[in-house]
Amino acid sequence: MTKLILTPNLARADDTYAALLAAHEGLSKPESDALNARLLLILINHIGDQDVIKAALTAAKRPT
Amino acid sequence: MNKIFEIPLYPYARHPDQDATPPARRKVVIVGAGPVGLAAAIDLAQQGIEAVILDENDRVSFGSRAICFAKRTLEIADRLGCGAPLVDKGVQWNVGKVFMDERQVYDFNLLPEDGHRRPAFINLQQYYFEDTLVSRLRALEAKGAPISIRGGSKVTSVENNTDHVRLVVQTPDGPYTLDADWLIACDGANSPTRQIMGLDFVGRVFEDNFLIADVIMDAEFPTERWFWFDPPFNKGQSALLHKQPDGVWRIDLQLGWDIDKVEEKKPENVIPRLKAMLGEAIEFQLEWVSIYTFQCRRMERFRHGRVLFAGDSAHQVSPFGARGANSGLQDTDNLIWKLRLVIDGHAPDSLLDSYDHERVFGADENILNSSRSTDFITPKSAQSRIFRDAVLDLSEHHAFARPLVNSGRLSMPCTYDGSLLNSPDALPQAPARTRPGSPCPDAPLGTDGTYLLDRLTSGFTLLALNTPVPDSLTIDGLALNIQTLRAEGALAARYLGEAPQGLYLIRPDQHIAARWPAYDETAVKRALARATGKE
Repeated sequence: MTKLILTPNLARADDTYAALLAAHEGLSKPESDALNARLLLILINHIGDQDVIKAALTAAKRPT
Repeated sequence: MNKIFEIPLYPYARHPDQDATPPARRKVVIVGAGPVGLAAAIDLAQQGIEAVILDENDRVSFGSRAICFAKRTLEIADRLGCGAPLVDKGVQWNVGKVFMDERQVYDFNLLPEDGHRRPAFINLQQYYFEDTLVSRLRALEAKGAPISIRGGSKVTSVENNTDHVRLVVQTPDGPYTLDADWLIACDGANSPTRQIMGLDFVGRVFEDNFLIADVIMDAEFPTERWFWFDPPFNKGQSALLHKQPDGVWRIDLQLGWDIDKVEEKKPENVIPRLKAMLGEAIEFQLEWVSIYTFQCRRMERFRHGRVLFAGDSAHQVSPFGARGANSGLQDTDNLIWKLRLVIDGHAPDSLLDSYDHERVFGADENILNSSRSTDFITPKSAQSRIFRDAVLDLSEHHAFARPLVNSGRLSMPCTYDGSLLNSPDALPQAPARTRPGSPCPDAPLGTDGTYLLDRLTSGFTLLALNTPVPDSLTIDGLALNIQTLRAEGALAARYLGEAPQGLYLIRPDQHIAARWPAYDETAVKRALARATGKE
């Protein structure tokens, strides 16, 4: 079983973060909310592992 | 011409029981002549047990109501001797389409598996379903089976005693007292029996209203289930269009929570809504209009001593998924053989507790599925709407999102995993779909048009596939129906898989109780004892 990765895992973290911000640039709040929802659903499907997704939900709810 | 639901099919007639002192005593009294009550009575009478239906009305239900009948229900109807007329009259469909706004975002095909006698689904107005069952009841009655139906008979008092149930029945001629060994309450979601007994019915109310209309029209729409999210003709809400026999179309329109139900039901308000949906050019006639609010709830227990609750009286779900009438038919299917064994002294009274256990399990599965559909169709928060819309948006472009679209998860028969009546699986290399607790999947036998389910009877069946069994077997007074078959094709694929041979013990409701690689008398005896509540 794959474990949720909570240690640095991005080769180019700043670039990735900037890409996330760029995707939202110029969008209204509802458009941004919709983009985030689509992005989440795409990533959740890509991960595919329900245990990892549940662990991610827990981590997101209560950062430790 | 009178519509079938306008004709009194079982008008009130005075019965000698009304003048009996002491009160007459009947084996099984059933309250309610809906699909569930009628099925229960037919099942009992076919097995020689007296069944009396009391119904406060005298005709089949007004309006189409339950319209989607699942394969499992049709298989049960076959066992009750009336599957064929239902299928002949019903409309078969396989394709569903989902629209968002003006775009089609997704379609599905039920792709029914080959090798089943009955189709995945038929659409049929509930009044035709009930009419077919009433005809079957009358045919049994004419042949002298112990079955009867009393219209204009309203139960006003229920006294649940240790060894019988005492009822007071109100009629046009006044009240009378009637005793029953057993009472089955099939009197719907607002069950008067449940209310008289002061029993709970808790769950969730969904804050939304739906307009349902039966429309008679000559339209070119295909025989498909069409579901709209946020259509131009019902902005921000949903809509459903589904075909029934006789050119009748079912239309469901979501209305929201803060509406005036009386106003919305008026034809002058309904007709413009339908015209917006169907187009100004289409001529149609309204047959029936109703407004409903979803509820997902169930009784804590379906058995209360000698009173058993079945169908909507015991559990209620939202309609998307066709889990109301279909699950009610599974209730009686589960209950009646157990009641018969208890009445005949072949099983302890405690077998009836397994009805409660298994069907509460089934109800929870239905409530879970139907709650999730409703949460998708009518999102409860701004955030859930954002996710819902994102799923629909993605489903248009990416296959992965399509399984997340939930416009109703259509009724499937319940597999009783964890039931105390199951024996441990001794043939684990065979397919999971036929593990103990599963409903038997049908399969064709050879090429002569006969099917496996035809071979199952109202008793327990021992099905031997590629393995020898004794020609006859009676255990504890129960004669088993022995079926020896050479498994090939679909039969082998569904019951053996990787296994070269197998032996199945099948309950009277066609659910699998146990399976083994080969016959072993001790194991079969033990499994039968377990399946009849003796262990």
